[in-house]
Amino acid sequence: MASKTAKTSTVPFADAPINASLTAEQKIDLLRTMVRIRRFEQTSLKYYHDGHIGGFLHLYIGQESVAVGSISLLGENDHVITAYRDHGHALAVGMGMDECMAELFGKKTGCSKGKGGSMHYFAPDKNYWGGHGIVGGQTPLGAGLAFALKYKGLKGCCLCYLGDGAINQGAFHEALNLAALWDLPVIYIIENNGYSMGTSQARSSAFPKEGLAARAEGYNMAWKKIDGVSLYEIRAGVQEAVARAHEESKPTMLEIMTYRHKGHSVADANAEKYRTKEEIQKYMNEHDPIEFWKNVLIGEGVITEEDYKAINKEAGAEAEASAAFAIKSPYPDESEIFDDIYWEVDNNTEAGRTGRHFFHG
Amino acid sequence: MPREITYREALREGLDEELARDENVCIIGEEVAQYNGAYKVTEGLWKKWGDKRVIDAPISEAGFIGMGIGASMLGIRPVMELMFYSFAYVAFDQMMNNAATCRYMSGGLTNCPIVVRGPANGGTNVGATHSHTPENIFANMPGLKVVTPSNPYDAKGLIKSAIRDNDPVYFMESTVLYGMTGLVPSNDELEGGELIVPIGKARVSREGSDLTLLAHGRAVVTSLAAAEILGAQHGISVEVVDLRSIRPLDEETIMASVRKTHRAIYVEENKPFCGVGAQISSMIMEQAFDDLDAPVLRITSADAPAFYSPPIEKLQLPTADEIVARALTIC
Repeated sequence: MASKTAKTSTVPFADAPINASLTAEQKIDLLRTMVRIRRFEQTSLKYYHDGHIGGFLHLYIGQESVAVGSISLLGENDHVITAYRDHGHALAVGMGMDECMAELFGKKTGCSKGKGGSMHYFAPDKNYWGGHGIVGGQTPLGAGLAFALKYKGLKGCCLCYLGDGAINQGAFHEALNLAALWDLPVIYIIENNGYSMGTSQARSSAFPKEGLAARAEGYNMAWKKIDGVSLYEIRAGVQEAVARAHEESKPTMLEIMTYRHKGHSVADANAEKYRTKEEIQKYMNEHDPIEFWKNVLIGEGVITEEDYKAINKEAGAEAEASAAFAIKSPYPDESEIFDDIYWEVDNNTEAGRTGRHFFHG
Repeated sequence: MPREITYREALREGLDEELARDENVCIIGEEVAQYNGAYKVTEGLWKKWGDKRVIDAPISEAGFIGMGIGASMLGIRPVMELMFYSFAYVAFDQMMNNAATCRYMSGGLTNCPIVVRGPANGGTNVGATHSHTPENIFANMPGLKVVTPSNPYDAKGLIKSAIRDNDPVYFMESTVLYGMTGLVPSNDELEGGELIVPIGKARVSREGSDLTLLAHGRAVVTSLAAAEILGAQHGISVEVVDLRSIRPLDEETIMASVRKTHRAIYVEENKPFCGVGAQISSMIMEQAFDDLDAPVLRITSADAPAFYSPPIEKLQLPTADEIVARALTIC
């Protein structure tokens, strides 16, 4: 790489303490993680079109900075839960491409043994609690993870992600009330890509002129709106919320402005109908977080264009290798249908052996 | 000596003992703490255990039940009270999607040791919205357990098992039973020093040889009353089997009784369509067809929303007289 020590950056938020302390290697790692997410998803899209992947595939392309920037701030007692557009968060917490890709292919080697699919990645060993398919359904769970941390007296927080389409679900409002009422260290991160599936924000949400997150005022909760193109801005904004959670056990609502380059899911046939091609192109050209961060790092002398190409190539190869791994992995066995339903049955405890648990056949 | 205590007190003892046993056990629900519980099940527990362990929740079932599910994934063992089990419908996504399926969708990496308890019964003149009996609905979902104690002994023993269980247990009580008294041994007279009733074991509440009445929850009490009448007035020897839990289900005890008496009626306060009795009678037909001397009957609540008017609502629920009349058609 070009340099191990960064030049002084003039990019906004570069001088925030949490960013000023980043080493060159850490900055490159952030870039690498974003690129790996993108190449993973581009590869998954290819295999989806080839018929290897079933069901839904909600791509995160264009939003990578949100997961990577925020998760880069987390420590031992900090937890993550998100919705169905979950591949980026999974790779950001350190899940491997192999188990993630194999899950998409429905294989036994998948992170959920082929039982969850694209929307339901989990890695509790990495403090990652899914991967949830119902819009907004994860938001009370996020409050619960924070409740558990507080109950146990641990200094930690839960980052609970949701889309801008989830903010109108009742469960979310109930979770906000509980979080504020009970001072739960949860940070709700609204990834605002402007569309709840095919319905624009203007057609789906009533909100103050300051933005969606300003609804937090109604719950007497701190909030902030963040431009999601820049990892520096995301890290600076989220860090304030993490500190609030850690030091004061208080929740925060963040709204991070972002954009998905693709449709709501791969099955979204109208991705270029409810949005103009010009709009999509504008965001791809001017609001691509990877392109932005690459240029920041080149500007700081941390990497060269050649370094970036190498990172990209390496990530592409890793993604292809994960697809090869997925292809050669076996499908789950039919006998696994009744595993992982009851903990007590799986662990062959006395409770698990008492009474009939399954009624098939 | 066994003491005569109420169903309500038995539940409270079970909760209190589990709060003492495991500091990760906490009680969360509407009015459970300072108000002492809408039905006084948790009376005194907040005073004894304090704000951390016994927590008043706002009226926000989807929120606090979902929060409890999330907390349970990190090792807390919340006992959530629904003031009425009818309110489960407000939290349906959390209870059906999140609690029941997270383990499966994570390939077994997570589990939710949560208890959601509260009264699930009609018959108290509170109208249809507060009179739902969703045991069949939740038992329909693999990943969930549904427990329905019919007496004080089981209420205490089963709530303790439910709290220790590492899967979600939906524990359905009855406001009509809260004041029911029954013998419950004190801990010092029990081997192991405490009362535990395993989930998944039915109880033969009354032995008989001519007819089996299968029931859960308060319908067990009604069935026992009918059994007395059938014996005293008609010379019919009736066995009553209390399922105690719908899922897991003690199939052996059910089938053994049916094979002995050759006649069975399922009695429940649940609705008929795809009710618990529908499942059980289908199983009996498949497994004990040759042992039957008569068709399996089902006696359920009337297939209508709960009627407010007190004298009419009474007629909607199974009565001992109805059980007697139907039994006489097959005996």
